[in-house]
Amino acid sequence: MTATADAVRIESLRYRWPGQTQDCLDIPHLAVAMGEAVFLHGPSGSGKSTLLNLLAGVLTPSSGHVRVLDQPLTELSGAARDRFRADHIGLIFQQFNLIPYLSVLDNVLLACRFSPRRRQRAEPARATAARLLDHLDLDASIWSRPATALSVGQQQRVAAARALIGRPELVIADEPTSALDAERQQAFIDLLLSECRAAGAALVFVSHDRRLADHFGRELALTELSRTENAT
Amino acid sequence: MTRLFHLAARSAWNRRATLGLTLIAILLAVTLLLGIERLRQDARANFAHSVSGADLVVGARASPIQLMLYAVFRLGEATQNMSWEAARRLDAHPAVAWTIPISLGDSHRGYPVVGTRANYFEHFMYGDREPLRFAAGRPFEALFEAVIGAEVAARLGYALNERITLAHGSGGIDFAHHDDKPFTVVGILARTGTPVDRSVHISLEAMEAIHLDWQGGAPIPGLSIPPELVRKFDLTPKSVTAVLVGLHQRAGVFALQREINDSPDEPLMAVMPGIALSQLWEMLAVAERALLAISGLVVLVGLAGLVAVILASLGERRRELAILRAVGAAPREVFMLLALEGLVLTLLGILLGLALTTLIAAGLGPWLSAQYGLAPLSILPTSQEGCWLLLVLAVGTLASLLPGWRAYRLSLADGLTPRL
Repeated sequence: MTATADAVRIESLRYRWPGQTQDCLDIPHLAVAMGEAVFLHGPSGSGKSTLLNLLAGVLTPSSGHVRVLDQPLTELSGAARDRFRADHIGLIFQQFNLIPYLSVLDNVLLACRFSPRRRQRAEPARATAARLLDHLDLDASIWSRPATALSVGQQQRVAAARALIGRPELVIADEPTSALDAERQQAFIDLLLSECRAAGAALVFVSHDRRLADHFGRELALTELSRTENAT
Repeated sequence: MTRLFHLAARSAWNRRATLGLTLIAILLAVTLLLGIERLRQDARANFAHSVSGADLVVGARASPIQLMLYAVFRLGEATQNMSWEAARRLDAHPAVAWTIPISLGDSHRGYPVVGTRANYFEHFMYGDREPLRFAAGRPFEALFEAVIGAEVAARLGYALNERITLAHGSGGIDFAHHDDKPFTVVGILARTGTPVDRSVHISLEAMEAIHLDWQGGAPIPGLSIPPELVRKFDLTPKSVTAVLVGLHQRAGVFALQREINDSPDEPLMAVMPGIALSQLWEMLAVAERALLAISGLVVLVGLAGLVAVILASLGERRRELAILRAVGAAPREVFMLLALEGLVLTLLGILLGLALTTLIAAGLGPWLSAQYGLAPLSILPTSQEGCWLLLVLAVGTLASLLPGWRAYRLSLADGLTPRL
């Protein structure tokens, strides 16, 4: 892949859930450049989760192409897509991002467990995880505690550390701040943006809350991107 | 694979309380299965070895199983005896090395009295051709001397020189006593785990002597012969219940058997104890198979519980599975994660069950054998038990695929966003 390649490129993508008569998504074009931070606005029901699953290679489009880092995901087998996701994509969910029976540090290192490439890029992995947690304002005293002992805000920051470790080229965040109060929302976004910039990762930040868009280079509305009519 | 093991172990440890209980259920079910299988095998071996060394058992013509019941197990009443004449002819037969005549009919506090000859203690064998041993004392020599089995001694608290009286008939309640002719215990046999332990042995002559003043199962009224005078009578027995026969050469056993069965003088029957004993065992085997079937069902119940617990946990773990998918786990890894849990628990249950069975056999075996006269339980598992364990493992593995398959379907349907 060349330096000028896009982090994400979508061409004439359609997705229809099995058994449905209408397309859930119909996106003629979407491109996110390497290292770019994009705010993707979409009300609930607009197909955000579906797009996320398509970008992560968990779903495959009914037609059209999804390229991540110039790699057409549609051309990869299921197992290869899983490996690709492990190696190149960091994901942050709305909440419950952590495995309850693993410690904070082990939750961060989980990304390296499934990707030798990211483990190698993070080497020494434990020190890198510690540095990320430290950057995300997580005190060393909680690193060995079980993930369930943390506040929601702390949990989201641990999830961010896991998404960033091993410098994946693309970070996808799905409503990562919706469980946080307003003050912490902005602080979290600032941290996430600066860490993505430091790691050189493109960020696709999905939210229904437009007020969060300020710090992003570009704001897109899923309702405008997608030609589906049922989107509300 | 190692990362899956690591995750499965951490996840299982997190749910150790429920999984621990499930593991205990499987462990106990496996222990039950192994215990019953082992008891079954040992009981069968024990049974088959109640008598060894004797090549033929000869008695009046009846069913072979009946002959075994009274000749070997000293149970029931012989409906017909064989004549002493026939017993003596058998003893004199050129192919015969030794004969042990056995005369039954009396009892002592519920334990059968066996009238026999002193060579009983020399030729009677049990188990793997083990001879009888004396724990104390010696064989009977004088007329009113008795040798008792280990269980009789232990249960009734008898020591050497104890004076005992015998009762007519074999019922537990003694109603007609030979209390005018008491016996002295001169020998106590070591434990054998066979009906010998439950027997009181006296000489054939003594058996004759206590019945001198009896007729038709009751004392003759007004006639009482004191023990000092019995020597004046002819104490040669008139009949015996059965004769155990040892041959010079085992090869001759079929010829002699045919000869006895075709005997023109008297309707006699000769059976090979091994064959008759296994026929008898087959009759008793129904109960033993029912027990085995029940313990098999208990194992199935244990495994069903395991699957139910893992499946139930799946509801709470959908989020966890989505996280694993997000960091790059393939659906088949999710499958393995869940299947591994069931598989490892089944394996652990089997190993711990085996360990517990061994512990019980080693720790409790000697006590059981002392208390109930069972042969000591074997400590090492048999190949048959190995087959059972492999079967349990196979069923457990198959059962574990179910939660694995369900998790696989769920993770495919949920993707990164579980619908909770």
